[in-house]
Amino acid sequence: MKSHYQIAVIGAGPAGMAAATVAAEHGASVLLLDEQAKAGGQIYRAVAEQKINDQNILGDDYYKGRSLVSELAASDVEHVGGATVWQVSPERQIGVSKDGVAQQLTADRVIIATGAQERPFPIPGWTLPGVVNAGGAQVLLKSSGIAVPDAVFAGTGPLLYLVAYQYMKAGIPVRAILDTAPKTNTLAALPHLPAALVNIGALMKGRRWIASLKASGIPIIKGITNLRLLGDDAVSGVEYRRRGSWQRIDTAHVFLHQGVVPNTNLAMAAGCAHRWSEAQLCWHAVTDAWADSNVAGLAIAGDGVGIGGARASEYSGRIAGLSALHQCGQLDIAERDRLAQPFHRALTSEMRMRPFLDALFRPPRQFRIPADDATIVCRCEEVPAALVRQSVELGCTGPNQLKSFSRCGMGPCQGRFCGLTVSEMIAEARGMPVAEVGTMRIRPPVKPLMLGELADLTTD
Amino acid sequence: MRRIDTSTARRVMIEFEGQPLEARQGETVAAALLAANHWSFRTTPVSGAARGPFCMMGVCFDCLVEIDGMANRQACMTEVREGMRVNRQHGAAP
Repeated sequence: MKSHYQIAVIGAGPAGMAAATVAAEHGASVLLLDEQAKAGGQIYRAVAEQKINDQNILGDDYYKGRSLVSELAASDVEHVGGATVWQVSPERQIGVSKDGVAQQLTADRVIIATGAQERPFPIPGWTLPGVVNAGGAQVLLKSSGIAVPDAVFAGTGPLLYLVAYQYMKAGIPVRAILDTAPKTNTLAALPHLPAALVNIGALMKGRRWIASLKASGIPIIKGITNLRLLGDDAVSGVEYRRRGSWQRIDTAHVFLHQGVVPNTNLAMAAGCAHRWSEAQLCWHAVTDAWADSNVAGLAIAGDGVGIGGARASEYSGRIAGLSALHQCGQLDIAERDRLAQPFHRALTSEMRMRPFLDALFRPPRQFRIPADDATIVCRCEEVPAALVRQSVELGCTGPNQLKSFSRCGMGPCQGRFCGLTVSEMIAEARGMPVAEVGTMRIRPPVKPLMLGELADLTTD
Repeated sequence: MRRIDTSTARRVMIEFEGQPLEARQGETVAAALLAANHWSFRTTPVSGAARGPFCMMGVCFDCLVEIDGMANRQACMTEVREGMRVNRQHGAAP
């Protein structure tokens, strides 16, 4: 790695790959940093590696990612995998560690494309070994060709059904799908259906997955109002409540999922403004139409500005890349506009389906704000819901104060799996909008690094 | 666990808790242990509760293990290497 680049892109998912590739095509010096060894992000994880011969298992949408990966490989982008970015400063200084060695470099423009993670799912027992996010189970399938027979899938969202469908295609038995989306979601989604019909193909695909899963005899149990995971040293069963009565399934494996949310830590620590989205129940980075944040020279592309999925992220990445080129003086404004126009159009079209999906798969309140006092909210520091509520009663006003009341959010994940829960819990307890409660203040380093790495940092 | 991996990845021998464990080149420590049906990777510093991989993408830090004597390694972010010695991590790392 050099000490300076015109454009640095963080994250090699669809947005980051698209941004970096377009920037390099127009002659900029481009660095692409990513924590994974290979490009693809989570959605196209290991797509170039062909772990599974039968392409019907993971499906066409997944293999579409190959063209992005090969375009990137053919470009002049300096792609550094296995590189953990722990800081982006407002002055565009980037702190990165690779193979235990930390270094700092600068760029004229930084595009943060750190994508999404799965939404916290705080229910009793969600920390037990054997309980994995459905997206995590899919990572295992994509990157290693490993599947887990007889798992119970629980929650809501397209990914839950997609992974179950991929399992079915692979001939891996699925014990049951416990769907937590309330019936009222369908009613709430209906007004958004006409706009979503632009993408009727995607909607029909979802219907086909569910129809095939049903036809294959996998029990799909809808209207789940409560979930409890049982076990001491590992999960041994799921209890679920439906129409007022509790049922139990014995299982050693549970896959949880209730949507994905932006991975905001790096952008927040860099000082980029975020706003609460009531439609997606998460924080979105605030950007203009050219991906620029409120911090000069820092742009944000992809799911970080709002969950839009792989295609939307790719278009948003192209726009951010073209904008950065213009800002670096590599592209005049007319050329930028001309080249970006099809991507703006495609992005708008792709996003028209979102309000429908957001409403249809909206995770219900009881799975976001745990009612049960013993349920763990902060996995790292093992802070139960009761302690969060008691802290508010004692006068704790927000997520940052909660850290000193309870250590909630102070473990190695740095609030990634409790931040949303905490903001919503405090808002509810204080009768305030989540937007006013705010988020945990995120500070660099956003990923743990060893003291030795920091000490060895040499600056010119 | 079932491997439906049809690739011809080279076999890599690692050690888990002193026992030999066969992994495949290019996969993560977490994948190798899960494939061998090990789901519990550590106990927590606070209550001693058992934990294992949850997110599989480097976010949750529940898959922390000791690798070649070094504690707090993310098993889901570390590729296997021939001869690697992996151990469960108990409570707070030394």
